[in-house]
Amino acid sequence: MDPITFLTQILAPALWKGLIVTVALVVLTAPFGLLLGTGLALGRQYGGRALSTACSGYIVFFKGCPLLLLLFILYFGLPSLGLTLPAFTAAVIGFILCNAAYNSEYIQGAVASIKDGQMTAAQALGMTRAQAIKSIILPQAMRRAIPGLSNEFIYLIKYSSLAYMITVVELTGAAKIAATRYFMFNESFFAVGIVYLALVTLTTYAVGRLEQRVAIPGMGVKT
Amino acid sequence: MTGEYILRVEDIHKKFNDREILRGISFNVKKGATIVFIGPSGTGKSTLLRCINQLTEPDRGKVFLDDEEITGCGSRISGYRQRIGMVFQNFNLFDHLTAVENVEIAPIKVRKMKKEEAHAKAMEELHRVGMADWAHHYPAELSGGQAQRVSIARCLAMDPEVILFDEPTSALDPELTREVLEVMKDLARSGMTMLVVSHEMGFARSVATEIIFMEGGRIVEQGSPLEIMNNPKHPRTREFLGRIEHT
Ligand SMILES: Nc1ncnc2c1ncn2[C@@H]1O[C@H](COP(=O)(O)OP(=O)(O)OP(=O)(O)O)[C@@H](O)[C@H]1O
Ligand SMILES: [Mg+2]
Repeated sequence: MDPITFLTQILAPALWKGLIVTVALVVLTAPFGLLLGTGLALGRQYGGRALSTACSGYIVFFKGCPLLLLLFILYFGLPSLGLTLPAFTAAVIGFILCNAAYNSEYIQGAVASIKDGQMTAAQALGMTRAQAIKSIILPQAMRRAIPGLSNEFIYLIKYSSLAYMITVVELTGAAKIAATRYFMFNESFFAVGIVYLALVTLTTYAVGRLEQRVAIPGMGVKT
Repeated sequence: MTGEYILRVEDIHKKFNDREILRGISFNVKKGATIVFIGPSGTGKSTLLRCINQLTEPDRGKVFLDDEEITGCGSRISGYRQRIGMVFQNFNLFDHLTAVENVEIAPIKVRKMKKEEAHAKAMEELHRVGMADWAHHYPAELSGGQAQRVSIARCLAMDPEVILFDEPTSALDPELTREVLEVMKDLARSGMTMLVVSHEMGFARSVATEIIFMEGGRIVEQGSPLEIMNNPKHPRTREFLGRIEHT
């Protein structure tokens, strides 16, 4: 088969399907990873000793555990304990658990960087700690965490390819399958590389726009 | 004694790491009074103010607001803090909010006031401190004096019964100090009850109803501005006043 026919007739439709799966993995993971990451950061920063130790333990564990191993446990290991997850679900859960651990580090760093006076002033006005965290601390901390969180989001786009190792045919998997069947390795992997590059570029652009939209004078992100 | 005093402070003690910072402070505040606290650095003036609204929990002693005990009241403290404003040396404006948002956020989030109502109230308070034209600027775009005036407006928007000022002008140069003191004088004259830690003796002379000199965690001497400034009884007070007048 000539390369042009391969690219247009075989690879393009396959990558399109793979792209949809990759985007679905990322889009389902990111919000929950952010939510869980925020919870972990707040638990560690403001929780009592038990809660903050539990959150730190979680972070150490999931940062230490290779993601691929985590996916294998969720997909191949859990069935023997009586819990069988569809491959896609197992991948999303694994990604969320891992993504949250890294997100929480960025968020906690940002929370810790907010001056004590902000919390003091909020409490002096009659806000509870919870109100102060929600209305005063997090809006400031999240802005500062954007660069870190967006890097993590970009990693997520790339490591979502690990889902293929537990049979989820996403972008990389789709390229691998087409490449093997038609013996067109360079064409396939070069093409899929361009798709990832496009995704990452798009994300970088979107993050730049977001940063501009939420920018506040004097609250520029310190690097 | 019921009803006579808006705020009563009884025998407050506070230790930090075994170091006694407050060693039994008691005083009463009548409605509309302006009490100015003076004393050397590290004497516990800030700690005392923070013990009043329980940002710092005293080890011993009681604080009463309108005859309700606010020490050891648990989660009800947020309710009392709404009635006791606080102004800080470093302003502590919320960096992510504009001036008017800084002023309206507590009425909205804490008092559950409607947004439009809170906004109108916030604009009124900004007007009162001469900052209405700066309503849509962020803290980083304000001078220190302007920021402090916004932080006073932020207090006023909660309709407090008492305001605590912790060295509100000591981060400001003389020009900016003056504009903040003017606002505070107006407040004092309008009948606001104020506890002010400050070494601005001109301010104390013109509006204080009482000056309290603290040293080493104790009240050394208290009295009217005339008594304290012109005729201090305690040698420590005399010495301290001599020192601050020469700086
Ligand atoms: N949270 C804290 N933990 C430990 N020590 C503290 C704490 N807060 C205050 N201190 C100590 O208590 C002492 C009194 O502090 P405080 O700030 O109340 O004094 P001050 O009279 O306000 O002094 P200044 O004029 O410098 O503001 C200081 O030595 C300070 O280091
Ligand atoms: Mg102080």
